[in-house]
Amino acid sequence: MIMSIENLQQEEILQSRKAKKFSLWLGMIGMFMMFAALSSGFIVYTASGVDKGIKTILPHAFIWSTVAIVLSSLTMHLASKAVKQNQLAKQKIYLLLTIALGVVFFFVQVEAWSTLTSRGIYFINTNASQSFIYIFTGMHLAHIIAGLIVLIRCFIGAAKPIPLDQNTFRMDLAAIFWHFLDLLWIYIYVFLLLNQ
Amino acid sequence: MSSTVISHDAAHHDSHDHHHETFWTKYIFSQDHKMIAKQFLITGIIMAVFAMILSILFRIQLAWPDKDFPILEVFLGKWAEGGRIKPDFFLSLVTIHGTMMVFFVLTAGLSGTFSNLLIPYQLGARDMASPFMNMLSYWFFFTACVIMIGSFFVESGPASAGWTIYPPLSAVPSAISGSGLGMTLWLISMTLFIASQVMGGVNYISTVLNMRTKGMDMWKMPLTIWSFFLTAIVGLLSFPVLVSAVVLLVFDRSFGTSFYLSDLVVQGQILPNEGGSPILFQHLFWFLGHPEVYIVVMPALGITSEVISTNSRKPIFGYHAMVYSLVGITVLSFIVWGHHMFVTGMNPFLGGVFMITTLIIAVPSAVKSFNYLATLWRGNIRFTPAMMFAIGMVSFFISGGVTGLFLGNAALDINLHDTYFVVAHFHLVMGSASIFGMLCGVYHWYPKMFGRMMDAKLGYLHFWLTFLGAYLVFFPMHFMGIDGVPRRYYSFTNFPFMEKWVSVNILVTWAAIIAALGQVAFLWNFFTSIFFGKKATQNPWNSNTLEWTTPVEHIHGNWPGEIPTVHRWPYDYSKPGAEADFIPQDVPFSQTMSSNQAHDFEGNEEAIRIQEQWNKDNNRTVEG
Repeated sequence: MIMSIENLQQEEILQSRKAKKFSLWLGMIGMFMMFAALSSGFIVYTASGVDKGIKTILPHAFIWSTVAIVLSSLTMHLASKAVKQNQLAKQKIYLLLTIALGVVFFFVQVEAWSTLTSRGIYFINTNASQSFIYIFTGMHLAHIIAGLIVLIRCFIGAAKPIPLDQNTFRMDLAAIFWHFLDLLWIYIYVFLLLNQ
Repeated sequence: MSSTVISHDAAHHDSHDHHHETFWTKYIFSQDHKMIAKQFLITGIIMAVFAMILSILFRIQLAWPDKDFPILEVFLGKWAEGGRIKPDFFLSLVTIHGTMMVFFVLTAGLSGTFSNLLIPYQLGARDMASPFMNMLSYWFFFTACVIMIGSFFVESGPASAGWTIYPPLSAVPSAISGSGLGMTLWLISMTLFIASQVMGGVNYISTVLNMRTKGMDMWKMPLTIWSFFLTAIVGLLSFPVLVSAVVLLVFDRSFGTSFYLSDLVVQGQILPNEGGSPILFQHLFWFLGHPEVYIVVMPALGITSEVISTNSRKPIFGYHAMVYSLVGITVLSFIVWGHHMFVTGMNPFLGGVFMITTLIIAVPSAVKSFNYLATLWRGNIRFTPAMMFAIGMVSFFISGGVTGLFLGNAALDINLHDTYFVVAHFHLVMGSASIFGMLCGVYHWYPKMFGRMMDAKLGYLHFWLTFLGAYLVFFPMHFMGIDGVPRRYYSFTNFPFMEKWVSVNILVTWAAIIAALGQVAFLWNFFTSIFFGKKATQNPWNSNTLEWTTPVEHIHGNWPGEIPTVHRWPYDYSKPGAEADFIPQDVPFSQTMSSNQAHDFEGNEEAIRIQEQWNKDNNRTVEG
């Protein structure tokens, strides 16, 4: 009898988790729409005159930041794999690595901005195509900050530690989001490369 | 065994209540969808009253442009020096009226209230997919409201570039006083609002797709849920685009970038911004802005579908057609935004494309209108206040929708653009129609929300004052628009060709004042009935949907025991052979042998065989 009640509640928890995971996917669609809007804005703006466009080579720092974020995706994958095998120590190490690589990504992006400004390409610019570089990277960094907060929350969960199934679920969501941020950056980078 | 499960489960949910609920978690930071719905509704009503008062203020100016009303100065101070509203403030009034009505009342107040209330209830879910995010959604909305109202208390006044905040007016703080701090507050408020809507929308979609009870497949969902679901999809895809537009605008305003600005001279000063394109903003804005009008009207369409069917005691006519029309509107809403921009120097070919897509929307809209009328046709109609508002909604949807055909036509729009014809059109089709849909929902689901009934007599008074008032206010505006009178003009006596319309404006303003006073009947009814209304029965309208199977007293988790299983679609009203004129969705076919039709079993041969055997044994002949 008791079993059936627990099953019932367990079923509801599972259903609600499935829904939460789905919500995350929807949220990512929303975020992607924002960048899609910026992309179409960029295309429309750049097409408005021959003096528009990026008109420079993108800073090399972007290559390094791409390496950093791809690596961080890898460590994130290892961290969520570790938690599935109940290896909390391993999970924590990989999580820390992911956070560190996220921070590295952040600073390399800022470094890329200073490369741009040293070439005289400022955010405040009569060629707004160049301002768009800052908008794309800046908006992405805002999401990276959110991603780092999510990762830190995971780390706290793992350090406490919270019950394993909750930890796994949390990691699962965080990993999806972090991979999304990785792919989003690759999308932005490729988009900018194609337009440089 | 099942009874034991029920009692155990009920105990679980009750104890949950006792342990965790305090005043703060129950009424303020509630994560319960029912309470959040009420919070959205009451906040929406307050915003509606506020926005309505703004409209009365500018209506006074329009009717009596040369008269002083010293009392205005008492309340508005320097904004109405000498008792006459200042031009800058007039623009603020129309801007904030539009913003509040479109976003805070008809988006958050309508979707927020009824999606929250009905999605878990009608689908058979204990709560939303993420109750915490749901709570955040409300509090972001509430903060947005506070900031928007707060903008009335800054020295330079609230935003005044129109609810569409077109740059350069909105982007250059020195252009007009409202583009200063007021505009900044508008942008902050709207950013919070968008965050709120995205969180809410994600929750609605996720709940609809993941949390339906047993047996509730998509084609058994009430049309309310279909409309909320599709509305949320539209919102999720379009609101983030507005974020992008707003982010660029913020940088243009405050950091000196030139996304939207170019070649500007303001008060003799040449601005440094070069190379931007204000049309870019219009594209980004209307990519949200047009879907937004469907975000506003689709929930109203869903609510009225449910109310008209219930109160006609007839199945909704063309359920599948209704759903496909909503899907059609959802898809089309994204490819018509250019019809707001026919006069921006758009390539005529592109204009032609937008014109065709726009006119195609008439098809699903007409399907819906005809289906409403066909549902009413020879129904056993119960004219409850909710039903009156539902029929009123259909009326506005038709009379406002017809003028959409004129405006959607690029050649005609060049004449009608930015005139009162546009004001008349959208106030009927999305303003009045959606407000009526919302009020219809309030009257219909009030017993579910508050456990008490609203007074019907006051409801009828409210309906007639509002219905006649709205037509008297908006219908004459068509003629002003055809005569070329532009919208948002401050004073009709400054232009000789507009002077003849002042007398019409006086009629419109009086109609608006009377309709506004009519809302007192509603407010009185709404707030006193919470405490003194007649106690509601569990299913006061003899309705089929699942929310009426929950107890009148709200409990955490909605159903005391197991969630009911769904066996049939929600529109089994007046089914031939049935004992009552309604069969709730959780009644299995085995209990309604005398009314079952072959198509009820969806090809389940065993069930059809049993039914045929029963028919034979009981001498039942099935028509058709």
